[in-house]
Amino acid sequence: MTAFILRRLLQAILVMLVVASLAFLMFRYVGDPVNQMVGVETTPAEREALRERLGLNEPIWLQFARFVGNAAQFDFGTSYQFKQPVAGLILERLPATLELSIASALFAVCVGIPMGVYTGIRRHAWLSKVFLTVSLVGISLPTFLIGILLIFVFAVNLQVLPSFGRGEVVDLGIWRTGLLTASGLKALILPAITLGLFQMTLIMRLVRAEMLEVLRADFIKFARARGLSDRAVNFRHALKNTLIPVITVTGLQLGQIIAFAIITETVFQWPGMGLLFLQAVQNVDIPIMAAYLILIAFLFVLINLVVDILYFVVDPRLRVERTVQ
Amino acid sequence: MIENRMSARTVARRCRGALLGLAVGAVALTATAAGAETFKYAFQGELRGLDPYSLNETFTLGTLGNVYEGLTKRGADLQIQPGLAESWEVIEPTRWRFHLRKDVKFHNGNDFTADDVVFSAERVRSKESDLKTRIGADVKVEKVDDHTVDFVLTAPNPILHYEWDTWGIMDKEWAEANEAVKVTSASDENPNYASLNANGTGPFKVASHETGVKTVFDENADWWNKADKKFNVDRVELVPIASDATRVAALLSGEMDMVYPVPVQDLKRVDSNDGTRALTGPELRTIFLGMDQMRDELLYSNVKGKNPFKDQRVRQAFYQAIDIEAIKQKVMRGLSEPAALMISPFQFKLSDQFKRHPYDPEAAKKLMADAGYADGFEVSMDCPNDRYVNDEAICQAVTAMLARIGVKVNLNAQPKAKYFAKVLQSNGFDTSFYLLGWTPGSFDSWNVLSNLMHCRTAEGSESPFNLGGYCNPKVDELTAKILVENDPAKRDEMIAEAFRMHHEDVGHIPLHQQGLAWGVSDNIDLVQRADNQLMFYHVNKK
Repeated sequence: MTAFILRRLLQAILVMLVVASLAFLMFRYVGDPVNQMVGVETTPAEREALRERLGLNEPIWLQFARFVGNAAQFDFGTSYQFKQPVAGLILERLPATLELSIASALFAVCVGIPMGVYTGIRRHAWLSKVFLTVSLVGISLPTFLIGILLIFVFAVNLQVLPSFGRGEVVDLGIWRTGLLTASGLKALILPAITLGLFQMTLIMRLVRAEMLEVLRADFIKFARARGLSDRAVNFRHALKNTLIPVITVTGLQLGQIIAFAIITETVFQWPGMGLLFLQAVQNVDIPIMAAYLILIAFLFVLINLVVDILYFVVDPRLRVERTVQ
Repeated sequence: MIENRMSARTVARRCRGALLGLAVGAVALTATAAGAETFKYAFQGELRGLDPYSLNETFTLGTLGNVYEGLTKRGADLQIQPGLAESWEVIEPTRWRFHLRKDVKFHNGNDFTADDVVFSAERVRSKESDLKTRIGADVKVEKVDDHTVDFVLTAPNPILHYEWDTWGIMDKEWAEANEAVKVTSASDENPNYASLNANGTGPFKVASHETGVKTVFDENADWWNKADKKFNVDRVELVPIASDATRVAALLSGEMDMVYPVPVQDLKRVDSNDGTRALTGPELRTIFLGMDQMRDELLYSNVKGKNPFKDQRVRQAFYQAIDIEAIKQKVMRGLSEPAALMISPFQFKLSDQFKRHPYDPEAAKKLMADAGYADGFEVSMDCPNDRYVNDEAICQAVTAMLARIGVKVNLNAQPKAKYFAKVLQSNGFDTSFYLLGWTPGSFDSWNVLSNLMHCRTAEGSESPFNLGGYCNPKVDELTAKILVENDPAKRDEMIAEAFRMHHEDVGHIPLHQQGLAWGVSDNIDLVQRADNQLMFYHVNKK
């Protein structure tokens, strides 16, 4: 297991380096940061001086080497727009994104799995058809449209939920949470649904397909023959055996959720990292863009690692094979 | 692996419990009630920092103008009024004396004195400052006594103080004690104290500032002009909302008292909604088209060996081919003011002497034929798509209109970051035909003459934002005279003369002043200034 993790970590470093270099190459084509940093009347000579101070005139490989060197020490430089250290800005925004992502993932799992099980067991019930239709909508509508629709209905027309922001937050030292206030929880509902809807439908369809397959398996027939209750058969035996692909997908989707939070955060002005990133792109704030991409790559790598380890935990066969070798 | 044996049902139950708890908690409790005099507003962009000298941009300057005050200020109609200076006089043509207001205190309790003005004058001209245009580098600032300051110039300058409403005076002791003498800059290793904290003399102080999330202002109970105040809000909350639809929704749902800008296509909805109204008016920025008149051959055209834009007839044909009323009605939904000049009528007294060249496609075709381009030609146009109101749509309309006189325009619309990187001086003015907007920060025509209309070298010295290189030495002569003419009437005549030449030359094609579009709740009274700055001391909540 240790060797396995070590090997994975080495791969991770390689992946991160590739991401860093790709990101860095991309920045060459997003535009000129200096024009976004100064007022329109700033003279060309002053612009040039600023470019010089920021090190933008140095050869690209030198800029890259410096960037990687600093990033390895968690120093991502100073934001061009805000003129503050990027690491601090991202850390400030991280709790918002993580809270939103986890709430969405919880929503997706807690609603998706039961819906999947239900549609798997009662294939012809009218409610199953409703679920499947809803899931089609969830898969086919783009996130921002769902977000705007929800805002329109719940914020503008019914006026029961806020249309933007995170509500009141409570400062717990390094973590500012919105989960402890009423306005914070209210503000979480719409963005969490918007962000989680796609994953929910995905999980539902996956669980349904797996259930259909598992319910045909021999061990289920034997279980029924043993006279176990429907409940025990469906949930303890069938559902559990569908969980391996569900864990994989959910794990990988968690990375997707965090990465795709960009759109949801923009629609709801949710003050997370995604919003920070999108605005950085518009203003060519290279240090923020670089740090964000690295962080997301890191999260993906980390989640993959955790999912791999979870396989070991959930599926005894994998463990056995290892020991045999 | 005990926990792994936990049945799926238990997982489901716990999940359900968590979700239910979340929902119940959210519904059971109500939102915290806001104070009666809290004014909440949203802008599309973020307040990037609190240092008043680090970004020369309207929103930043306007917002910080509630916290930091200048020696002068501008009223609702943009007229210059006394600010921290009670009065001023021009003792000699090159020596201005400012009499400072007494008994003014900064938010931290320090007295406001001449030392602070001298300090601020140095800071605003320092290397990292983005507001160097406020005072020329060669101006000497002399303290006469604690409440009198002299500004000694090397040449007369009638508009010395025109931009001083956005040059907020900072407290010398405070800046020195907090190591904030240097202006906040992106090359700083550590965050500058002044970029996260503020200490001005204004009617509001910064209560909290969360970068890019929320800024809260509280009324300054010790404001020097408190006896005469015309506002009743005591707390102001600013949040950025980048998405247009969400920003409008936040106003319609009553969460915000005011939002801006409102997209022109949503104005009707905001106006017809119960409890909100749209507030519109002309803005100062002029949107115009420019043409490369400098190169001997255009970079992006099928005409080889010569430059059609060097011919005045071609430029005028382009001008007359553009149906500005159609752009106003169709693209801007009525929210624009067609312009004959390169400056807003607000900023130039004699602007009513000017009329646009009339829209006349037939005349335009004839001009093209006279110039030898009866069959038209092909040219590429650079256009931003996220900088000005409906910028890309304007360019598309222009493209269609020019097609009618045989000119095939290849439109290259890009995000502002890419657009400016391509067309500005830093990239060697890499454009043949472009759309740009300009607001003279000084509120004065000389700024337009010297930045947009002065002859320039190929590298761009003299007139860096004259991207197309329009050049008329007679205009330049006048510009030099206008700079040092102290008599306002004579000065305006000379400006009009220069503008007339530019108009006849068709140095640029002015299109319009785009409109301001604010969405305001009906229980709010405020003043919409044409420079798009929101002053909290004009805000009243009913």
